[in-house]
Amino acid sequence: MTVEMKLSRKEAKLSMAHMWVAFISLLIGGLMGLLQTLVRTGKVTLPFGIDYYQVLTVHGVILALVLTTFFIIGFQTTLMSKTVGMTDRQRKLGWLAFWVMTIGTIITAIMILLGEASVLYTFYAPLAAHPLFYIGLTLVIVGTWIVCFVNFHQLYKWKKQHPGEKSPLLAFMVVINMLIWFVATLGVAATVLLQFIPWSMGIVDDIDILLSRTLFWYFGHPLVYFWLLPAYMAWYAIIPKILGGKLFSDGLARLSFILFLLFSIPVGFHHQLLEPGIDPLWKYIQVVLTFAVVIPSLLTAFSMFAVFESTGRAKGFNSLFGWFKALPWKDVRFLAPMVGMIAFIPGGAGGLINASNQLNQVVHNTIWVTGHFHITVATTVMLTFFGISYWLIPVLTGRKLDAKTNRLGIIQTIVWTVGMIFMSGSMHIAGLLGAPRRSSFSEYGGTEQATEWIGYQFAQAIGGTILFIGILLMIYTFLYMTFFAPKGEEEFPIAEEEEEASPTPAIFENWKLWIGVMAVLILFAYTIPLIDIIENAPPGSSPFKWPIGRG
Amino acid sequence: MHMHKYEKIWMFFGGGSLLVFLIVLGVGAFLQGTQPPSCLTTINPENVEAHESFKQENLGVQQIDENNYVVNVVASAFNYDFGTDEDGNPQRNLKIPAGSTVLFQGTTKDVIHGFQVAGTNANMMLEPGYINSVEVTLNNPGTYTVICNEYCGTGHHLMTATVEVYEES
Repeated sequence: MTVEMKLSRKEAKLSMAHMWVAFISLLIGGLMGLLQTLVRTGKVTLPFGIDYYQVLTVHGVILALVLTTFFIIGFQTTLMSKTVGMTDRQRKLGWLAFWVMTIGTIITAIMILLGEASVLYTFYAPLAAHPLFYIGLTLVIVGTWIVCFVNFHQLYKWKKQHPGEKSPLLAFMVVINMLIWFVATLGVAATVLLQFIPWSMGIVDDIDILLSRTLFWYFGHPLVYFWLLPAYMAWYAIIPKILGGKLFSDGLARLSFILFLLFSIPVGFHHQLLEPGIDPLWKYIQVVLTFAVVIPSLLTAFSMFAVFESTGRAKGFNSLFGWFKALPWKDVRFLAPMVGMIAFIPGGAGGLINASNQLNQVVHNTIWVTGHFHITVATTVMLTFFGISYWLIPVLTGRKLDAKTNRLGIIQTIVWTVGMIFMSGSMHIAGLLGAPRRSSFSEYGGTEQATEWIGYQFAQAIGGTILFIGILLMIYTFLYMTFFAPKGEEEFPIAEEEEEASPTPAIFENWKLWIGVMAVLILFAYTIPLIDIIENAPPGSSPFKWPIGRG
Repeated sequence: MHMHKYEKIWMFFGGGSLLVFLIVLGVGAFLQGTQPPSCLTTINPENVEAHESFKQENLGVQQIDENNYVVNVVASAFNYDFGTDEDGNPQRNLKIPAGSTVLFQGTTKDVIHGFQVAGTNANMMLEPGYINSVEVTLNNPGTYTVICNEYCGTGHHLMTATVEVYEES
């Protein structure tokens, strides 16, 4: 078994810098979310002439892109330091990446606040934001690429020093996630650098809309796996330790991550099912590839419950469901991610509906979709990230997870769950009734349907308010853990393999093979449709500034 | 690598039901023709009137035969153009008899828009340079709200109209 390394103060500081950006983003983004739900009741108007869609753009960019990316990189940095180590040079590059990302974020934020970029976080052309909005986003991506190469180099160096040894599981998982990220962001970088920036600066007149959307969604779906996989890392390799058990299976965990590497990317068309200009045969092919991720998800579900049951039984709870009671429900390090896992059952089921070729038609661009990603990324992923924070922040600040933090965390988890049941629940129902997403308050000419939707918007405002209380609690807990919790050494929980575990097949570490298969799948899924899209392109579009209120 | 017997059973049934599901989707799409809207026809977004379907006089409800209708629509920020009513005012309320099959056919003159008849399966994206279309059978009488469900700018939530499905007497 691999030896864990100690996290140095310098490494902790780098990770903590990311956490600060993440939690500040949570506060700002959460406040925007609250404002949106209030405006949508029709009873509240934003002051100072602030536009609803400006608020919505801040919410999407700062939560979906900034909070997630900074938290993930901060967390993964510690996983790499712990398992394969970090050199001084790698750490300095880590700081360089942090500042490039942060400066990019600030540039983007300024453009949004000036009202020059109310294009939402998907920035669909031909709505045209200020060029600096796109340049800021590019810097964020460039920063993450530096992190990718630091992480790849960390594992490479470890392998050199440990010939013939199996890489530590968590380092393997981080590298898979950063590979997915790197390959996926090539698409969004291509559209932003080659299309959006020259077009928004007036260097070229027209933009190919469908090409830009296709490149965006080539990135947009793997993005959600980039959010999800760090949660999976915690589920597979950290929670068993918190339970007092062992890894269920090192091999199956790696297999599941490899399947995510292969099937996360060639699937973007399932976000474009209702679009003209794409052959329905290729839409169906990408739908099939999309559903391939059901396999690793089923593997994960089995592993989780197997760990829960076997740990409970090892503690002597032998009745059919006795082990369920034996779970440490009062330990927030377990409770928060566990609620996240449970939320992934309806979340995953909703995802199956969204991606299924025909059913998509019923829910596409309705607020059902918003409900879906609030129960997945904002519940499954966020509650797991919060669950990680309760021990990771004390580890980073040299303090202890005390009884007070634990109690605050349990209350936070309950508040979050209740708020999300109201908000995401009513979004799902209203969506099935046809209510649109991404829309400010509207009576739609006073139709009976629109009146019914407004009722659900009140429920969303109640949920949104409860969730904002949850965010304030989380921010308070973050500050408490950073500055006030008792000093000490908190455990960094990493689960170990069973003594008699069967060996992991060496083929799982054949990077050339898996990257090769990934490339073949991407080329298969995208080459012909992309050639079609480019060859049959209609006249391009010039930039439209006035619809988003730019002069 | 060892795989528990229960896990093999679990993966067999999970994988099996996934396969059945994908076959059902495929049969629906390719044998029964329920493909998602994927019109491949292109158009010049700055001159949509050049296309027969989007000439001013052809917008709105067009009856093809007893039970078949076509509805042509041109979207722009922040309006749906369904032509004009008898009084020459912009058409805001489309009337279609219950039981009709309706082909909604649309395009956009500027940015991306959505087109959804809430409460029916008519839902599609309208993108500059492309025509898109979706066919539905409207059996249940009532008033349905037409909404733009893709963000198109500050007035996005004001893009609306109604479809009235009436019982023929």
